Amino acid sequence: MRPLSYARAHDVAEAIATMIDNPESAFLAGGTTEIDLLRQNVVQPATLVDINALPLADVEELPGGGLRIGALARMSDVAESPLVRERFPLVAQALEQGASPQLRNMATMGGNLLQRVRCSYFRDAISPCNKREPGTGCSALEGVNRGHAILGTSEKCIATHPSDLAVALVALDAVVRTEGPSGERAIAIDDFFLLPGDTPQIEHPLSHGELIVAIEIPPLPFARRSLYLKVRNRESYEFALVSVALALDVADSVIVDARLALGGVATKPWRARRAERVVIGASAAEDTFARAAAEELAPATPRGMNAFKVELAQRAICRALDMATRWEV
Amino acid sequence: MTTAIGQPLERVDGRAKVTGGARYSAEIALPHVTHAVVVGASIASGRIASIDTNDAERAPGVLAVLTHRNVDRIAAQPPLFPSLFGHAAPGETFFPMQDEVVHYAGQPVALVVADTLERAQHAATLLHIDYVAAPSTTTLDEGRGSAYEPERIFAGLVPGRMARGDVDAALSSAEVQVDSTYEFAANHHNPIEPSATMAAWNGDELTLYDSNQGITATRLTVAALLGLSPTRVRVITRYVGGAFGCKAMVWPHSTLAAMAARRVGRPVKLALTRAQMFSSCGHREEQEQRIVLGATRDGNVTTLRHHKLSATSPFDDWAEPSLNVAAQAYAYPNHEGVYRLVRTNTMTPTFTRAPGESTGMFALECAMDELAHELGIDPIELRLRNHADVDPVSGQPWSSKGLKECYQRGAERIGWERRSAKPRSQREGNWLIGYGMATAGYPVPAFPGLQPQRALARLYADGSVEIQCGTQEFGTGVATAMTQVAADALGVATGSIRFEYGDTELPNTSSAVGSAGAGLLGSAVHAAATQLREQLIARAITDEKSPLHGADARSVVVSDGRMSLRDEPDRGEAYGELLKRNFLEEVDASGSWTPVGMDSGYAQTTFGAQFAVVAVDSDLGLVRVRRMVGAFAPGRVLNPRTARSQLMGGMLWGLGQALLEGTRMDSRYGRWTNTSLGDYLVPVNADAPDVDVELVEVRDDVVNPLGVKGVGEIGQVGAAAAIANAVFNATGYRARELPIAVEHLLQSTGHDRTRSPRPSNEKQ
Repeated sequence: MRPLSYARAHDVAEAIATMIDNPESAFLAGGTTEIDLLRQNVVQPATLVDINALPLADVEELPGGGLRIGALARMSDVAESPLVRERFPLVAQALEQGASPQLRNMATMGGNLLQRVRCSYFRDAISPCNKREPGTGCSALEGVNRGHAILGTSEKCIATHPSDLAVALVALDAVVRTEGPSGERAIAIDDFFLLPGDTPQIEHPLSHGELIVAIEIPPLPFARRSLYLKVRNRESYEFALVSVALALDVADSVIVDARLALGGVATKPWRARRAERVVIGASAAEDTFARAAAEELAPATPRGMNAFKVELAQRAICRALDMATRWEV
Repeated sequence: MTTAIGQPLERVDGRAKVTGGARYSAEIALPHVTHAVVVGASIASGRIASIDTNDAERAPGVLAVLTHRNVDRIAAQPPLFPSLFGHAAPGETFFPMQDEVVHYAGQPVALVVADTLERAQHAATLLHIDYVAAPSTTTLDEGRGSAYEPERIFAGLVPGRMARGDVDAALSSAEVQVDSTYEFAANHHNPIEPSATMAAWNGDELTLYDSNQGITATRLTVAALLGLSPTRVRVITRYVGGAFGCKAMVWPHSTLAAMAARRVGRPVKLALTRAQMFSSCGHREEQEQRIVLGATRDGNVTTLRHHKLSATSPFDDWAEPSLNVAAQAYAYPNHEGVYRLVRTNTMTPTFTRAPGESTGMFALECAMDELAHELGIDPIELRLRNHADVDPVSGQPWSSKGLKECYQRGAERIGWERRSAKPRSQREGNWLIGYGMATAGYPVPAFPGLQPQRALARLYADGSVEIQCGTQEFGTGVATAMTQVAADALGVATGSIRFEYGDTELPNTSSAVGSAGAGLLGSAVHAAATQLREQLIARAITDEKSPLHGADARSVVVSDGRMSLRDEPDRGEAYGELLKRNFLEEVDASGSWTPVGMDSGYAQTTFGAQFAVVAVDSDLGLVRVRRMVGAFAPGRVLNPRTARSQLMGGMLWGLGQALLEGTRMDSRYGRWTNTSLGDYLVPVNADAPDVDVELVEVRDDVVNPLGVKGVGEIGQVGAAAAIANAVFNATGYRARELPIAVEHLLQSTGHDRTRSPRPSNEKQ
């Protein structure tokens, strides 16, 4: 890791100003990914701006039943928050199934959204990787790609977005609040995560010095009955092979409304709008689920080792819909 | 008279470990210590065209940059030889940085030494290395066409081919055959403590603080490579944070640290990173095994043909010996075992917990399960019908066995009667439930040429005892068990004993490998402590002032440090009284024991039986192990607490091997791709089921004076097979590839729509 300087910010304005003063700088929050990547020479900031002292760790109610979660709230604190557990159980479940208890005690909500991909070619600091060194090529296309994405991929990058939390937030149409050199912004979460396309090195629309200050979840009464289903080899401390975030509104065996998103299979937290269109207004029946799952995965592009995810994702969608309509949640 | 052996004594070093008081090699601080960082080759084959070290050398704090151009030449390359024997034991017959040739990715090509670790790490990134890459072979699939049959493997100790009877004839007349091939991913050990060495010179004397399983082997190996007398090399190793075989042999980093320390004239600390652990200290090689069983309809297995194809390094004919215990497992009159190797651009594979037995018995025991299913015979019954009453390889009787009792107790504990022979016949909601079992076997090492094992016992006038033994504690509980052995032999309380170890200044022993540590060391400690007791009793009965004066030594017993007559307990005195009266501060005695060779007339193998209950969500391809039961007959159990702990750990290793662990090679680059604990999956607590360990004690008068056969590895043997067989019982899917993965089960099962029907007209 290269020598770097360290600055501790005491308020948001100072944090932003320090970043602007140092072009090769990066914010430091929980550090659970960033410090690893520093030591592995994958990222090489000259200055770290520690934002842990900023007052951005609260979970607050919004009018109408929504929540505002501070960017520096720790994953474990948010998962334990009664407001989150009651209104948005899928968020609490996604948090609790992410990382390990030690990591959840450190990692922040804002940092979670910005975590980097787990692709080993990105992380080894040697292999060709368009995300790390644009133009060098994507090693995963023909490589060990069992964990890689089948949706939202490009010829430049097929790395899976690793966050569980973000999958739940995408299902809920959350909003990312930022402050930066040009003032405040509210970014719809689906616009916050960018597809790799030809520029996999650009993962989000934040400008240098722009800081996530909060995540807002708009009201969604039926999300009180929601779930996060995570499929993985190991029971804990593993990224998803496939995950499903689901909130479902069912009346008289008819699906009135649905919010469905997928993790582990796409280059960004994947809102499953095709599947939603199939199920909304349809009867809560297995053939409906299977049609919805098939429709969502129709555009999938498997590449060798990850081909099983096409089938697994469909089965996971069916399982989640089945669980939710039985209220096994 | 036994009082301490067999008791579940708590670990004598437990408090130091859980409070952080125990210092591991890289945690030891020396004044003026410097830090070395290894730079590994990024290509798998080829040569270094140039290394530009200028930027690195100019970086702040840098003291030296060593490459093949300026590092010391080794004095001699000792042969690869298992460290169990007590000789020099390099893990491969290749020493890096002696020329510009690259044989495998991660091979050390430079060493950067700086005043702090961070500065050394930074300077390492400033090296500019140009390679000329050559084509590489790193997987079985790439090298299959050039596979060869080695004359001998495993450092020349194991023949490349073994046979008895007439396999072709027996198979052609067999009423039933099972012919299956099993693929095994490469595995890495992943102890929690990465290997580390701190080297410090004082004149021409070298001290190494090194994380290893054998201080003597480390001393001899480093001395040979550096061209020093062993008397000039001292190795200190108190605590080791796990090893599992990756610290059994002596790898280049230890010697490189010594070379660097000599160059900079200051102590050098060299700790491998987690990623470097995947290319610095061996691995369990990628392999496939084909089993052909021939049997009669009534379940008499007449034949085993067992072929293994595995990857080795460019330098050594290494294969873990997978065929040996399988050859002994059942009373088949016809057997053929053949090893074939593929040279690949990896380092030499090495011992990995239950090296060979865990893969060989996986293949055999899965095939036996297939045969049992084919014949409609209960898997335990099939094994009982083929029980080997004597060793089928040598024809000799077993030194002890106990396998039938293991089957019986294991079956009772797991509730085998609840198993249904028909796959897919037990279900709980989305979960299919299955039961499986397998036989376990692991050899008690018996080779000619094992070095004598030595220990020293010393008693002080205050009654306290010191036992010295040149071994090291890597989590097995050796310090605890040896305290118990000494307590019984000497007739003192465990609390009065201090077991001193971890230093080559102490009496030498072999490396603690091959599950042999307890047996080898225990024999030496027992001998030393017994010598000392006899010496003290002899002194008492010749001492006119002793109450025991004139007594027959055979009538003297010792308990709690007091000698007395067996039939007249009031007549006697404490050891300490004897010493004080004679103005003696201390008395000591050394003991040694030469391990049993191959001429004992008995076959020495430890047996056990493994059982598992699994739940499989065949819709989602998930396997979760609900219970494991292992029943083992490891001879005498010195400490049931630490023995259970080791056996349980072995069983969970088997769980990892069955369901999670695999190191994946990208053959385009010749590099392992999942070199972190986030990507190489080992079981975590959430994966660990209830594990029951049954200890079936069998008396063994052959293996060693205490009758200890060892518990370090047998816990893993058969565990993966029991799980795979349980997966078959649950789902009908036969595992042909480890680890068993979600995609295998997805392929074998259609989307499962047979679960409970949806209630109609469901209301919310």
